[in-house]
Amino acid sequence: MTYTLEGNTGTWEVVIGLEVHAQVISQSKLFSGASATYGGEPNTQVSFVDAAFPGMLPVINRECVRQAVRTGLGLNAHINLVSRFDRKNYFYADLPAGYQISQYAHPIVGSGTIEIELADGTSKPIGVTRLHLEQDAGKSLHDQSPTKSFIDLNRCGVALMEIVSEPDLRSPEEAGAYLRKMRTILRYLGTCDGNMEEGSMRADVNVSVRHHGEPFRTRCEIKNVNSVRYVMLAIEAEAKRQITVWEDGGAVQQETRLFDVARGITRSMRSKEDAHDYRYFPDPDLLPLVLEEDWVAALRTQLPELPDAKKSRFMHQFGLPVYDAGVLVAEQATADFYETLATGRDPKQAANWMMGDFFAALNRTGRDIGNSPVSAANLGELLDLMADSTINGRIAKEVLEEMVETGETASAVVARKGLRQVTDTGAIDAAVEQVLAGNPDKLAEFRGGRDKLFGFFVGQVMKAMAGKGNPALVNEALKRRLG
Amino acid sequence: MMAGSSMFDLTLAQARAALRARKISAADLTNAYLGAIEALNPELNAYITVTPELARAQAAAADAALARGEHAPLTGIPLAIKDLFCTEGVRTTAGSRILSNFVPPYESTVSGNLLRDGAVFLGKANLDEFAMGSSNMTSAYGAVTNPWSQPGGNARLVPGGSSGGSAAAVAARLALGATATDTGGSIRQPASFCGLAGIKPTYGRCSRWGVVAFASSLDQAGPIARNAEDCAILLGSMAGHDPKDSTSADVAVPDFAAACARGVRGLRIGVPREYRMDGMPPEIEALWQRGLGWLRAEGAEIVDVSLPHTKYGLATYYIVAPAEASSNLARYDGVRFGLREAGADLTELYEATRASGFGAEVKRRILIGTYVLSAGYYDAYYLRAQKVRALILQDFTRAFHDVDALVTPTTPSAAFAQGEKMDDPIKMYLNDVFTVPANMAGVPGMSIPAGLDDAGLPLGLQVLGRPFDEQTVFAVAATLERAAGFTALPSMRAGVRA
Repeated sequence: MTYTLEGNTGTWEVVIGLEVHAQVISQSKLFSGASATYGGEPNTQVSFVDAAFPGMLPVINRECVRQAVRTGLGLNAHINLVSRFDRKNYFYADLPAGYQISQYAHPIVGSGTIEIELADGTSKPIGVTRLHLEQDAGKSLHDQSPTKSFIDLNRCGVALMEIVSEPDLRSPEEAGAYLRKMRTILRYLGTCDGNMEEGSMRADVNVSVRHHGEPFRTRCEIKNVNSVRYVMLAIEAEAKRQITVWEDGGAVQQETRLFDVARGITRSMRSKEDAHDYRYFPDPDLLPLVLEEDWVAALRTQLPELPDAKKSRFMHQFGLPVYDAGVLVAEQATADFYETLATGRDPKQAANWMMGDFFAALNRTGRDIGNSPVSAANLGELLDLMADSTINGRIAKEVLEEMVETGETASAVVARKGLRQVTDTGAIDAAVEQVLAGNPDKLAEFRGGRDKLFGFFVGQVMKAMAGKGNPALVNEALKRRLG
Repeated sequence: MMAGSSMFDLTLAQARAALRARKISAADLTNAYLGAIEALNPELNAYITVTPELARAQAAAADAALARGEHAPLTGIPLAIKDLFCTEGVRTTAGSRILSNFVPPYESTVSGNLLRDGAVFLGKANLDEFAMGSSNMTSAYGAVTNPWSQPGGNARLVPGGSSGGSAAAVAARLALGATATDTGGSIRQPASFCGLAGIKPTYGRCSRWGVVAFASSLDQAGPIARNAEDCAILLGSMAGHDPKDSTSADVAVPDFAAACARGVRGLRIGVPREYRMDGMPPEIEALWQRGLGWLRAEGAEIVDVSLPHTKYGLATYYIVAPAEASSNLARYDGVRFGLREAGADLTELYEATRASGFGAEVKRRILIGTYVLSAGYYDAYYLRAQKVRALILQDFTRAFHDVDALVTPTTPSAAFAQGEKMDDPIKMYLNDVFTVPANMAGVPGMSIPAGLDDAGLPLGLQVLGRPFDEQTVFAVAATLERAAGFTALPSMRAGVRA
């Protein structure tokens, strides 16, 4: 299913590459001991190194390196045992040293791939060009005073992984799928929390258009788009703009653009002529980063099971269809929940209950799997109560509602509300007699050949028993009485 | 109790022995030096900042320790600290107006090591702005006058640079020793100009943490003192692995002072033929030959060696050092510390602050450095310079397969007059022609006073050694020192004109 845009002169293909900036999960910053946690009071998480005081020197944080290597391994990428840090020089008030320490010529991670899943059920490999480590900048606050700008250096020096894709993406949908998949992998690895709203994952989007079969045309880079949806909208807006430029006889100029969310358009930020000359050169304060092959190998063996592998295992081990497996592995917590639930139970029933009533109940109460009042063990008990006929399916739905409301266990709800299924044939027979006695005209109709009324009687008997009758026994009793 | 003037005659090692023997007190020693500073510093301008209260407090603590029978390697020894080392609570200017109000809340590792070992800090020594210079003329706090002058002449001479204040202070006996830094010769050239010993150890021997950076891949701290032994004692305290500096070497600090007594018997000493420059004064050539003769007489074998890429050293240096400096000095922007000149917007604030905060030589080097790193020029300049640098290192590596140390002149001339060469940066940069290669290669280099020129000014010889083999450098330098019997003193010094 190819995504194309129709212009006045023909059909256009969109070519997209993404640069994802992912904040590394670590205690401290990339080159200093200051805390890397989000949300402190301004300028409370700043060391003299971060503030670039005279004579201060960077020292690489081993944990950040470990996280970058683990991410590289998770992206099936080549790990460069020797990499190097460069200085990217430019002046800005929230860049205290006047340079950002980054990896320009020799990144820590080389090429890899990630597999994206599309709505039509197909999947597509997307090339990852490289991953490198760099420092985040601080924040300039321009809205705090009419005459001054304020600087918060808390974020300054926090480790970022810049993950660059090949220009392999061909539609907003593919770009969205890539970002979601990237986020899933990062979260599985625990290397980035993937929170685009808080800015711990950001994307720069490179877009160009061409007629099918042409070489690449000039691209534009849309900076700092902060949600998957905006990325998709920005691509479409930018592609349409570029098509108009080309079709009006102009030429797209290479430049950096910003996505204006309110107006749904991109606008120019700076042109190639205004582009910074970053004067990259190897940072003389840091030695080349040399990794031991054994250390990398050990990290590889310690990687958690990643989404693709888990999905395929769920399909084989639990007999799940591809869609169900995909939904259940999208978040590590969901996958863990499911696996606990399905183990020793009917896996298909477990998937149906989780993806159906359970997710619906969580949604309704504004919760997610992370803060669910119902644990996997508790939901499992509910399924067990069904399986051993303590309750029937209809009652189970009611019990689940109560569990989500109150956090009680299934058996506690069943006991408190007296929902145990009635299997006493005497009680069932009595209810049957009562219903038949109360509906002589319906009985006459049934006897006259209206077989469909059998369902009516089942419903009435269940109602008389407050839903607790064992459906099979009720059926059986009615058949016997009416048969 | 010793008379005031004879106290100044003690070397660092002798003063240390006298302190330990309680023949003198740290308080008396410190007060004598503070008095000398008060008397002579207005003329010499060797110190930017003097810290008498702090010095007296440190001296009192030293005396208390000595009274308890405790002593560290430098207990009670008064030193000058080059104003490039950040000192906690004491203004640190780097010789620049842009740091005129900067009081570091931290102590550099090297100065901290000296304090750990009981040293007394008299104050912060003048220097070329951001250590960029060979004359100490570029300091925003005024030129430093060399305590030496030509007998009969009245021209004020430069002490060399960039550690000109450190050298002048030690030569005029305004300190027993001083910290210095050397990026292209800034320890060895002023030591040579002031008749002192000074060693730039191997790159990575002393931590750069807390030292205001000039060119990170070249900067190295070291001492300037009256003789090789005093340098050895100071370096023993200054050196050591520092996890806060990624380029600091994790190697043990040997007993440098013991190496001074080793002698040179059986050593092979190389004489690099490329250091025989056109136009070098014959007296320097003669001094060099005399020095080689002394070493031969002490049992060393003198060998001709070739360092074929020497002629590219200076040109390469003046690409690499400004490139790194242009980036290192970007942090002086008026935003967080130091000078700030108001501007209507951020760009104006930067421009006004840096225009007013930096002197001409610093601006020149920032411009050169920015240029050589620019897109389109990087390959032709910086990248090529790095390749040449690798060749210079290879020259040394090859030479040190064959010889244990190299001996050369330290500088192509003795101290020159203040103001001379100021209009010709190339001429000024030529001062570093013999010293720069050691920085490019990271090898240790030491200057030792070996004689006087025809005008009566001191000249030094330079000893270069293998990486982390400062011990051989000390052995050779101390041998030269003993043979030279250099006893001349500058006319302006404490105890004489104090």
